[in-house]
Amino acid sequence: MVFADRIQFAFTVMFHYLFPIITMGLGFFIAVFSTLHVVTGEEGYHQAAEFWARIFAISFAAGVVTGIPLEFEFGANWSQFSAFGGGLFGQVLPLEGVYAFFLESGFLGLFLFGRGRIGRIGQWLAGLGVAAGSLLSGYFITAADAWMQHPVGYRLGPNGQPVLASFWQVVFNPYAGWMYAHVISGALLAGSFIVGSIGAFYLLAGRCQHLGRDCVRAGVIGAVVFSLLQIFPTGDIAGRDVARYQPIKLATMEGQFKTEPEAPLAILGMPDARQGRLLDPVRAPGLLSFLAYGSFSAPVRGLDSYPRDLWPPVNLTYYAYHIMVGLGTVFIAIALLGGLLLYLGRLERSRWYLWILMLALPFPFIANEAGWVVTEMGRQPWLVYGLLRTAAGISPNVSTGEVIFTTLGFAGLYLLLGLLFLLLAGKVIHRGIAEEEAAPHPAAMPSPEPPRA
Amino acid sequence: MHNPVFWAQAWFVLLSAMLAAYAVLDGYDLGVGALHPWVAKTAEERRVCVNSIGPVWNGNEVWLIAAGGMMLVAFPRVYASGFSGFYLALMAVLWLLLMRGIAIEFRSHFANHLWRGFWDVTFGLASIFLALFLGVALGNVVHGLPIAPNGYFQGSFTLLLNPYSLLTGLLSLTLLLWHGANYLRRKAVGTLEERAQRWAAGLWWAALALVAAMTAATLALRAGIGANFLRQPWAFILPAVTVAGLAIGFWARRRGREVAAFRASTMVIVGLLGSAAASVYPALLPSTLDRRDSLTIFNAASTPHELFTSFLANIAGMIAVAFYSYHVHRTFAGKVQLPPPGAGHEY
Repeated sequence: MVFADRIQFAFTVMFHYLFPIITMGLGFFIAVFSTLHVVTGEEGYHQAAEFWARIFAISFAAGVVTGIPLEFEFGANWSQFSAFGGGLFGQVLPLEGVYAFFLESGFLGLFLFGRGRIGRIGQWLAGLGVAAGSLLSGYFITAADAWMQHPVGYRLGPNGQPVLASFWQVVFNPYAGWMYAHVISGALLAGSFIVGSIGAFYLLAGRCQHLGRDCVRAGVIGAVVFSLLQIFPTGDIAGRDVARYQPIKLATMEGQFKTEPEAPLAILGMPDARQGRLLDPVRAPGLLSFLAYGSFSAPVRGLDSYPRDLWPPVNLTYYAYHIMVGLGTVFIAIALLGGLLLYLGRLERSRWYLWILMLALPFPFIANEAGWVVTEMGRQPWLVYGLLRTAAGISPNVSTGEVIFTTLGFAGLYLLLGLLFLLLAGKVIHRGIAEEEAAPHPAAMPSPEPPRA
Repeated sequence: MHNPVFWAQAWFVLLSAMLAAYAVLDGYDLGVGALHPWVAKTAEERRVCVNSIGPVWNGNEVWLIAAGGMMLVAFPRVYASGFSGFYLALMAVLWLLLMRGIAIEFRSHFANHLWRGFWDVTFGLASIFLALFLGVALGNVVHGLPIAPNGYFQGSFTLLLNPYSLLTGLLSLTLLLWHGANYLRRKAVGTLEERAQRWAAGLWWAALALVAAMTAATLALRAGIGANFLRQPWAFILPAVTVAGLAIGFWARRRGREVAAFRASTMVIVGLLGSAAASVYPALLPSTLDRRDSLTIFNAASTPHELFTSFLANIAGMIAVAFYSYHVHRTFAGKVQLPPPGAGHEY
């Protein structure tokens, strides 16, 4: 039954994606702090980079072990999809492992183990390599997904199966570009909030003041930049791509049941798929037409112009989209407020604001995951848009019971892994860094942990 | 440029080489994991074992991940049929890989003997079962699977755990233990090195016996399996590499021959995998029901254009991976020196 396979893939990929959010976001900040250290020579930036590299290392390990099953699930649970599109979809998927993953793990090893061996400039370059590797990794995965959203570079073969026509079109899918920009900007926004939030925790707790100050500042500046980039241009143009290539997804996201010119933008409201209307809507007239097609009078095709069996799941897609956009708006407010306080020189003293920043930590994760729910749910009922239905992609020789069993196995393992991650990341945060920055031997300082055996 | 036979053969060679590289590289870290409960008696010795593979195990696993992705693009029907047919066994392998990675990466975060003890046992058991299961999987490929005309088969544990594949599983475990012991001889000092050497010497005999048993069982099971070798006599070089590896391994059991011993186990593994590939060619998943239903490099391949583009894209990356991998192994060559407590990242 296709439902069990979908649950399994959704669960394993969403759990996995929590960690790439962290590594893509923190990789950038490690590079920033390393660069600041090289430019200014201040030891504090070096300590900040090393502190975040410790969290990065734990997240990277969790991301690696949860990422491996995904690749094999394509063959195990989605074998008909693999047989159908392997020659096309597979053009990009292995490149992630071959080009990006080893770059990332290699430079991470150098960055972590290289202290004292490769010098300051060497470690700086390793930090940049880590960031570049994690961002490149994101591109190949996004491009593979983009081929499922908007298959390109193919022609139909003799038995109706798509075969490769252009390698470069598949790798540089027009749908992938802005989608990738939006994904990366989302991860960097999450990184900004992680850095800012932990920094706020240190300032509020009265510990590691120097690290806390650096992190809150970097986090707030990053949040201003990336929360704005998230809306414009990345979100805006990615949305127009949806309008152009997948209009039915746009209609579902926006709860647009009717085909009409001057389509309004639904800010609030509950979709009722049975009645085919939005209940209790709060709407901005004409705005959807403008955002999607650049003109207030442009007609927008509603769900009513498509047969029912082509509709994506209405409620899930609609709510996930509104959660993503709603949180995005809140992030802009928090970021701009922090930016204003920073400009006024009152950021570190505004404890009420630091509380908000600290408690905001989980929400970028929710927004990032919600964005992917919109992307993948809005693609239904297609696995490869317009070419292969999701129900036709599963393995014919794997029973529903087996899929449920292995899903439960993943649930148990990932519960354990999630608890371990929180324990270890919490320990790193609890430890912080040695306060005495000039001390030659940080290991000699009194520490809450006994020395390692 | 788009000759279908040529590109299918090129992919067959590349994937065989990738799997051999994976078996040699991840093989020694699996072997160290499987062996370490027996050779490492103290907490410090266990740390030496984990540190000997710490900086490299992740890069070694890239070969498996890359080989999986390349199987998808080059031979999609094999990827689809194999992984769905081995469904529960594959999931067990994935979970073992997951627990093993967690054990290696997380064991050092608390200096508590219960914490470390738990992860060390996890690391050992996961390594043992992985070494066994990878051999079982390969045994089933050589043995053949009940592939139906639609290209799929329904795997069950009773089907997969047949006597022949259990024998290849045992061979795989033994070879990787031997390989791991040879690796540990190069990385450890003192009593740990001595114990690793003693284990390596004993495991050589076990490896010899099992290679002989496996060869006999294979010839008994599939009488025609040598046909490829008779058609292409140069392929005899592959079993010859295995025999030479065993001979060098015997000679290198003595002290002071660490490098030769490690090369010997490498040769045995490469020779055996190469022989297996040469004997099943051109089949990737032979069918036991009807030879015509076997998935071969010709009927399971992508189009020549797809094979061509993906071959170029991946081979360029793999050359970079090989270069990088070589460099990392050189950087961390020599005996393990445990970092002092608190000196940054450790295992």
